[in-house]
Amino acid sequence: MANVIKLKKGLDIQLIGKPTETVLTGEHSGNYAIVPDNFNGITPKVIVHEGDKVKAGSVLIIDKTYPEIKFVSPVSGEVTAVNRGEKRKVLSVVVKPDAENQYEDFGKKNVSTLKPEDIKEAILNGGLWPCIKQRPYDMIARPDQTPRDIFVSAFYSAPLAPNIEYTIKGQENDFQTGLDALAKLTDGKLYVGLKQGSSIKVKNAEVVEFNGPHPAGNVGVQINNIKPVNKGEVVWTLYADDVILIGRLLNNGIADFSRLVALTGSELSKTGYIKAIPGCEINSLVGDKLQPSKGNIRIISGNILTGTKVSQTDYLGFYDNQITTIPEGDDVHEFFGWATLGVNKFSAGGTFLSGLLGGVKKARIIDARIKGGKRAMIMSNEYDKVFPMDIFPEYLLKAIITFDIDKMENLGIYEVAPEDFALCEVVDTSKIEIQKIVRNGLDLLYKEMN
Amino acid sequence: MKALRNYLDKIKPNFEEGGKLAMFRSVFDGFETFLFTPNTTSKSGVHIHDSIDSKRTMTVVIIALIPALLFGMYNVGYQHNLAIGADPGFLSTFIFGFLAVLPKIIVSYVVGLGIEFAVAQVKKEEIQEGFLVSGILIPMIVPIDTPLWMIAVATAFAVVFAKEVFGGTGYNVFNVALVTRAFLFFAYPAAMSGEKVFVRTSETFGLGSGNVVDAFSGATPLGQIATATTNNTTVTDVLGNPLSYMDMFIGLIPGSIGETSKLAILIGAVILLITGIASWKTMISVFIGGGITAALFNLAGTTAAMSLGPVEHILLGGFAFGAVFMATDPVTSARTEKGKYIYGFLVGFMAVVIRVLNPGYPEGMMLAILLMNVFAPLIDYYVVDANIRKRLKRAIK
Repeated sequence: MANVIKLKKGLDIQLIGKPTETVLTGEHSGNYAIVPDNFNGITPKVIVHEGDKVKAGSVLIIDKTYPEIKFVSPVSGEVTAVNRGEKRKVLSVVVKPDAENQYEDFGKKNVSTLKPEDIKEAILNGGLWPCIKQRPYDMIARPDQTPRDIFVSAFYSAPLAPNIEYTIKGQENDFQTGLDALAKLTDGKLYVGLKQGSSIKVKNAEVVEFNGPHPAGNVGVQINNIKPVNKGEVVWTLYADDVILIGRLLNNGIADFSRLVALTGSELSKTGYIKAIPGCEINSLVGDKLQPSKGNIRIISGNILTGTKVSQTDYLGFYDNQITTIPEGDDVHEFFGWATLGVNKFSAGGTFLSGLLGGVKKARIIDARIKGGKRAMIMSNEYDKVFPMDIFPEYLLKAIITFDIDKMENLGIYEVAPEDFALCEVVDTSKIEIQKIVRNGLDLLYKEMN
Repeated sequence: MKALRNYLDKIKPNFEEGGKLAMFRSVFDGFETFLFTPNTTSKSGVHIHDSIDSKRTMTVVIIALIPALLFGMYNVGYQHNLAIGADPGFLSTFIFGFLAVLPKIIVSYVVGLGIEFAVAQVKKEEIQEGFLVSGILIPMIVPIDTPLWMIAVATAFAVVFAKEVFGGTGYNVFNVALVTRAFLFFAYPAAMSGEKVFVRTSETFGLGSGNVVDAFSGATPLGQIATATTNNTTVTDVLGNPLSYMDMFIGLIPGSIGETSKLAILIGAVILLITGIASWKTMISVFIGGGITAALFNLAGTTAAMSLGPVEHILLGGFAFGAVFMATDPVTSARTEKGKYIYGFLVGFMAVVIRVLNPGYPEGMMLAILLMNVFAPLIDYYVVDANIRKRLKRAIK
């Protein structure tokens, strides 16, 4: 019997547009791109030029500090653009795909006979090292370190998130191979966090089951409840979909990054799953499914908590396994919004009548308005209610804002990632951009300490 | 609504940087967001936000205060009628009280919001809603005969020196309304205590003229206790009739405008707790702290104040009002959950201690809460420190 951890704090936000368990088809993606902004903790260096021919698995970008961290082309084709922004910051490297995909051959591997260094090298060369993130700092793991433990979260609890029980079907073997490989990369344990009652079978790892609302599926929350990160320690973290990719790379010897992406949200004519390769154009996924709507639509690569706002010509994020659509709401002018009864308003608190009529349990359409002005922190205990970690979020945030390094360390900065604070940002009366504060704090702290 | 929206969009450019009326930008912005929920959408971070905002939060507190305010208005008229021995009927009684209280509300809002607007404009920020609550609390915690100019001076002092110098709503150390009350109490003690100030005996806007009856004494129950010479003093109403628990609960007794009716305060407390705006932990702890302390003094029972039981302590004076509306102010109270129990308990404890042991201050609630406002960060410090110690211990192991 697996170890079960019950989490009481948190919030499941119900939205209209859950993905139905059917596989949909999309359109052909005219371009694929690697967007360095998807990744934390790297300085990209582009090593291809416009016009270069690449295969799926050919290196496009490397990191300046750790050149062994490679970002490879997800498809074969021709590099058509290296887009740069201010100060020559790399925005994206775009590849126009061939009609038929050509793969770099990395060779099939037998994990059980491989040494840890060989596994590291295989993952690095195959372009999947960015799948492995580390705490502290929530960034791509440093390949020259050995982590205390490795944590894998094998379920998604964010609003409208894909159901891993469904998407993992047929890939159980790759998942297990990925786990076997990861287990060799640490001297400590490999922990896998499952939803309580999950049917996923896991061998060669310590299974911990979680029961509770979002953010139970966040790997940071799982770490904090299993074995928290202390100062000086490093742990590596992954999500199930990324483990599958690593397993597939080792089993098949090719860079096949395709995954089932959930198409969700109220603005789609049909929801479901679609097989896609990260880096593809958003248009190829949802272009033919967007409902004609009165107002503007917001398309999000990822979920509503941590995803990125994208346009139809942008690209599916490297880590994203979900597209969410919600109304933008910028055309709504609500008269005396603060004084209404609020029969159908989304609120986690009790100040609107909707709290009595189904509350947060009722699925709603929620638009992207902030619905208030930015203020100083006024209410207390708002963040704590949705933050199931043994950390005082308000005090940690204040330490980050004032950039008091001692206090940040003492209050647990090494244990958190911006995604862990996403719900705090949702329920915040004062409308503070909490995830941005945490991200900037982690980046600054990393610079300061290294 | 549409026409109003269009009109606002039309005049908006005047208020923007470089416009003719740019100096009133914050005021315009304040009114615009008051009329229409802002339609700005999120640019970074989460894509949806809770519908609650600072305006909604403050509105709920004001709604919770309204029963006590309306009752307070009626009680002003009622006490006046007792004093002059008249009975003009419910409506006239209420109108008398309404007219007596309304100028105080107006003065408090005009002075406080005026300062808020000016500061917001100078700091180029949005107008903060915090004073909407303070502005209605201030008239509710002063005696009815407080001169308007005193309220104006005290409000200005409190808003500037208790709030704006610290950075505005959310950064203040002390509860703004209580600082106003404290300023009045220490700067104009004669106008804030004694027998004369808690019941209006003169007429208001030409209404309610009459001569004060002989039996009248305007001392509040706690005032009577403070000046009592014997141990077992029975508290009485303004005509000398003894007060039962029920009288104290319903609240047709002399006192500051909003504090007398425990029934109205209870309704407010229910609203605050159902909506989750106020912390039940703080609220309950104040009552427990006050109750236990009063019970202990009661056992000793050597003075009139000591012989007052826990129920009377809670029902009399501003104890309940302070516990429900003042101690729960999220900015100035303890912010950690464990801290709230300690903070609340100590507020109740200090309030009764001041009442019983310091004959100079018949009412201890104001000073107790202000005192604990100072200690709230210290309480939180130790609660948070326990978490830090745990983390350090874990690292060493």
